[in-house]
Amino acid sequence: MRVDLYEKIWMGVAAALIVIFLAAIVVAAGAYAIHPQSHVETIDPTTVLEDPEFGNPGVAIQPDGSVVVTLVAEMFFFDPDPIEVPAGRPVTFRLTSPDVIHGFEIVGTNANTMVIPGYVSEFTMSFAEPGEHLVVCNEYCGLLHHNMVGKLIVQEVGE
Amino acid sequence: MKGKHALASANFAVAIIAFGLAACLAVLQSLSIADISFPMRREDLYYLSVTAHGVLMAIVFTTFFIMGLGYLIAREALGRLAAVRTAWCGFAVATVGTVITAGTILAGKASVLYTFYPPLQAHPAFYIGATLLVVGSWVWGGVMIASYRSWRRDHPDTPVPLAVHGILTTVIIWFLATFGLAVEVVGMLIPWSLGWVEKIDPLVARTFFWWFGHPLVYFWLVPTYVLWYTIMPKVAGGRLFSDPLARMVFVLFILFSTPVGFHHQFADPGIGAGWKLLHTFTTYAVLYPSFVTAFTIIASMEVAGRMKGAKGLFDWIGKLPWGDPFFASVGLAMLTFAFGGFGGAINAAYAMNAMVHNTAWIQAHLHLTVGTTVALSFMGAAYYFLPRITGRELRLAPLAKIQPYLWFLGMALFSTSYHIAGLRGLPRRVYSASLLGDEMGAQWATLTKIGAVGGVVLFVSSLCFLLVVATTWTTGRRTQVEAIEFAQPLAPVERRGIWDRLGMWTAVAIGLIIIAYGYPLVSMLSHERFGSPGFVPF
Repeated sequence: MRVDLYEKIWMGVAAALIVIFLAAIVVAAGAYAIHPQSHVETIDPTTVLEDPEFGNPGVAIQPDGSVVVTLVAEMFFFDPDPIEVPAGRPVTFRLTSPDVIHGFEIVGTNANTMVIPGYVSEFTMSFAEPGEHLVVCNEYCGLLHHNMVGKLIVQEVGE
Repeated sequence: MKGKHALASANFAVAIIAFGLAACLAVLQSLSIADISFPMRREDLYYLSVTAHGVLMAIVFTTFFIMGLGYLIAREALGRLAAVRTAWCGFAVATVGTVITAGTILAGKASVLYTFYPPLQAHPAFYIGATLLVVGSWVWGGVMIASYRSWRRDHPDTPVPLAVHGILTTVIIWFLATFGLAVEVVGMLIPWSLGWVEKIDPLVARTFFWWFGHPLVYFWLVPTYVLWYTIMPKVAGGRLFSDPLARMVFVLFILFSTPVGFHHQFADPGIGAGWKLLHTFTTYAVLYPSFVTAFTIIASMEVAGRMKGAKGLFDWIGKLPWGDPFFASVGLAMLTFAFGGFGGAINAAYAMNAMVHNTAWIQAHLHLTVGTTVALSFMGAAYYFLPRITGRELRLAPLAKIQPYLWFLGMALFSTSYHIAGLRGLPRRVYSASLLGDEMGAQWATLTKIGAVGGVVLFVSSLCFLLVVATTWTTGRRTQVEAIEFAQPLAPVERRGIWDRLGMWTAVAIGLIIIAYGYPLVSMLSHERFGSPGFVPF
């Protein structure tokens, strides 16, 4: 196959560009541990509200100072709401749904995950600055999908 | 209908009717999101309308247009169409399916959006109609392959014409893609919606949906590239820069369009991070053929400009026929795709995706890609083909000349503002961007209003297109039929080469799909799973 010189150069540049993109992703994932949430855990969606953990959603401070937020996303609200977490500490979110698929997005952060009935989503992050964030459902879940909003309050913690 | 291109005409007609309906819904959606009130603005009608817009534009308009293009190219480039009666049966099945699905949506029984993620449940007729549409399209795929085989028997040593190579690629991608859809819809959704089984696993269903959902994009894009490679250089007055590279591009799409679906599921639980990373790699691989296309097409345009006497570095751009509606449509579609492609690279970026996932950014992205790159190219193709298949002069030519520019302007307004709103966190597909109150919506209120202006401009552009098509088709002056001509390459391909061995490449593609999906699916199915009963949205 005869390929024009300029086209050959471009094909090389394009290939290099893709390798650079992928290298950036691999470095971010490997060296900085930046991954999308990929938790694998199943739960019966029809009994979520009686579940020992998800039947009692809320914010729990662990003995080591880390925080676990157990959250249920259902038509058309988040429980708990507001979510109150301390600044500067690792916060692990555990989420599930008793009805349809919802989204969980903390506006102004990179917390953004699907909440799928039958599965538990889990990720850990920390909030550097105290303040308030809007929480939105970003997956269509029915008539009042756009009203499914909540609030996350990051509180200053004293030493 | 009679004539050489009756089948193509019938398919184009269904496509354009679907486009017209969907365009009317779209402008109201953009107003609703921006909190601009109008009579009948209601939550239920908004979500019904989003469903109808998605199905009619992304599935019906595209599929019927592509089927029409396939029939047209087979007739023109192969000089034949095998099994015409069967093809008409396929058209009837697909049309009946479309009417059933669209009717179910418009009756308010299937407001589940065009992704129809369970456990949201639609009326069974929605899924059954969609199945008929796909079955009809399979008949089309079979007719395309049979027409090629018949031609091949008469021309054992000639390389297949490039346009047909592209259409066969489209057919192969469609078969690979719709396998996943068939498993989801026939294997899971239909029995569940009929009440034969009580529960469904939403994650498994989503996974099969995205097995289908991303190659769907290449099912739209490859025929678009066929127009760019084989018609555009001719209309520009030049030659195709490189024929074998175009064939390589098509083969790369066969290989990499399907094993990429997890990049739509980065935010999903239940799928291991390693597999998401693997699909990131294959997704970036599928960027490559588009990079190559960009060079070949732009080089072909430069050839055209220089054949018209352009000198210097950039004079050739001005020598191109920007007043020709086909050229302007495709030229602007290509320009848009540069931006759409860069946005796509961000969406596919494993962790960075979390910044934009399910926000208005995604709406903005797909309106650049399918909504402009593909749709505007198809509108341009209608301006090119319609006079040639009906034997009628294009009517309202001035409208046809400005329509592509109006579309580009409208999309620039809509897409730019929605990209920014998405980065700020506005979720996609909401009835009202102020969500629960004006204070929440303040940060993107201006942006969605700019988006609504874009929506109105796009609507005006759609009306121009529909007027030109309808008046040309019905009352255009009968004229000498111009021939449909495919672009000649600078150096013609003499022999069948490695890129013509589509059967072998299909086998490799199936191998890649098994690698990308085999283990994740086995592992997904081997967990303790519970399943969900259905929820009717309202």
